[in-house]
Amino acid sequence: MTAASERPAIATAPLPVPTAAPWSAAVVVFLRRNPRILIGGGLVVFLLFVALFAPVLSPYDPIDVEPTRSLQPPSAAHWMGTDDLGRDVLSRVIHGSRISLSVGVISVGIGFLVGVSLGLLAGYVGGVIDLLAMRAIDALLAFPGLVLAISITAALGPQIQNAMIAIGIVAIPVYTRLTRAQVLSVRERDFVLAARTIGVHPIRIVLRHIFPNVSNALVVQATLGTAFAILAEAALSFLGLGARPPTPSWGQDINYSQRYLSNMKWWMSTGPGLAIFMAVFAFNFLGDALRDALDPRLRRSA
Amino acid sequence: MTRYVIRRLLLMVPVAFLVTIIVFGLMRMAPGDPVLVYAGEERDPESLEYLRHLYGLDQPLPIQYVVWLEHAVQGDLGRSLRTRQKVGEAIMQRFPATLELGIAALTLSISVALVIGTVSAIKRNSVVDLLATGITLGGVSLPNFFLGLILILVFGLALRLLPPGGYVPLAEDPGGNLRRLILPAITLATASLAVNMRQVRSSMLDVMAQEYIRTARAKGLRERPIITRHAFKNALIPVVTIIGLQIGAIIEGAIITETIFSWPGVGRLVVDSITGLDYPVVQAVVLVSALSFMISTLVVDVLYAWFDPRISYR
Repeated sequence: MTAASERPAIATAPLPVPTAAPWSAAVVVFLRRNPRILIGGGLVVFLLFVALFAPVLSPYDPIDVEPTRSLQPPSAAHWMGTDDLGRDVLSRVIHGSRISLSVGVISVGIGFLVGVSLGLLAGYVGGVIDLLAMRAIDALLAFPGLVLAISITAALGPQIQNAMIAIGIVAIPVYTRLTRAQVLSVRERDFVLAARTIGVHPIRIVLRHIFPNVSNALVVQATLGTAFAILAEAALSFLGLGARPPTPSWGQDINYSQRYLSNMKWWMSTGPGLAIFMAVFAFNFLGDALRDALDPRLRRSA
Repeated sequence: MTRYVIRRLLLMVPVAFLVTIIVFGLMRMAPGDPVLVYAGEERDPESLEYLRHLYGLDQPLPIQYVVWLEHAVQGDLGRSLRTRQKVGEAIMQRFPATLELGIAALTLSISVALVIGTVSAIKRNSVVDLLATGITLGGVSLPNFFLGLILILVFGLALRLLPPGGYVPLAEDPGGNLRRLILPAITLATASLAVNMRQVRSSMLDVMAQEYIRTARAKGLRERPIITRHAFKNALIPVVTIIGLQIGAIIEGAIITETIFSWPGVGRLVVDSITGLDYPVVQAVVLVSALSFMISTLVVDVLYAWFDPRISYR
């Protein structure tokens, strides 16, 4: 990316026809300045595509047991080989993306909604509510993340829905702290005081005047949080606390493959393992790129 | 300084209280009747009732909580439902293995992070810097159970260089113990290596941009003493923080690695106890790991304030 190549784009594209969708031009410039977002975003879109069209894309039925073709190494017919029950590993990996991505989206959604609301409330209202909310957050933070996720899942019962809830709860404190700190820093700024003076409703102040100031940092956090959620779900499923067989799930499939490890059936673990790596990498990479682009204060010294 | 420590300790009390409520509540929500697990084959209603009474399970929940807390404070965490062993004893028995693995992994992770992190900060865009960026990006995304399985496959099964798992006590067979330690230690170290290396690199870069480093250069000091004497010490302050937090989270890190490598530590104990519905053990391990995490956070904050006089003790 050179300065010379982008300058004409800014100067010529929006100016002659100001009405011609100026935001799309801005998006193009933004992406050209931050090519890493394009790479990370591309990987994420690819994952979503795979998850969405899993039944069309996978060559076989992921839970179709076919003993005659069990434990075959990778071949033209089965790119990632087959497991002990003759199920096609590639098809299971493709379908496994659905579990991983839905856990990512749903648990980040839970953490985001609860965490941000709590942060807005604690930061804006202050006083006793702030004190109580922050002690509760401190108590959640007192647990190492995986330990908390494991105990909540164990308590609710080992099911994928409960794993989602558990990972969501573990994620709450980050969003609360991020939001609250930002609310405290903008709460006394002139534009908020002005809004308050003319009698704007507190809820409207919080949502229209304060929340937009936090949103960039939250977008970054939610992207990185998705990577964490996918990794955590894989770990929980690996420990037998997530998806139940025969549902295709990357973590659970790796756990299952362990029993064939000593027979050197490496392909049973490799497919799902690489899939987890790719999915987590995609969200981490995108999150890092977004942070560098959107949140200059958090920019790494690079 | 003393006031700061006391204030932090006092702040810890309500949080620790909440933590005990969460731990107690979670295990009471858990599916399965503990009495049925305890009774085993015995299903006679009268003896079930007797057991329920004996363990206070017929009492209201708040009373059960107070009784549990009273015992826990005195170090009595109950007995395992499966082995009838005292939970505290069971944890202490398993802890040395976890500690050994944790220390080995942390030492490995920190020393590699210090070397590569520092070099990559000093020689920007060099091969080492590229390597560091690669490890940082890849390391955080690689699930350590997958890495563990790959290591077992390659070094344990295909090349047969190292045992693929298991454990022998250090006192019995030091060589065998260390040989079995290598793969799990590498697995566990990789998980924190990315975080540590990123921290070393960025805090080294921060320090190297400070004015006193420029002054040191201006007065004609050679690059090596600038780095070793002036920059390195100050760059270590934030690194100490994350090392402290990792020590506090030693049980968390051990859970998955110990499970893959059949390493008989606390992490494997908690996984086995969850599958065996042995809630007193799970409860105790979760409580202990939360408390040790809290204490290490406190120690880190205090050390941080002590290292860096610019941080106020409010």
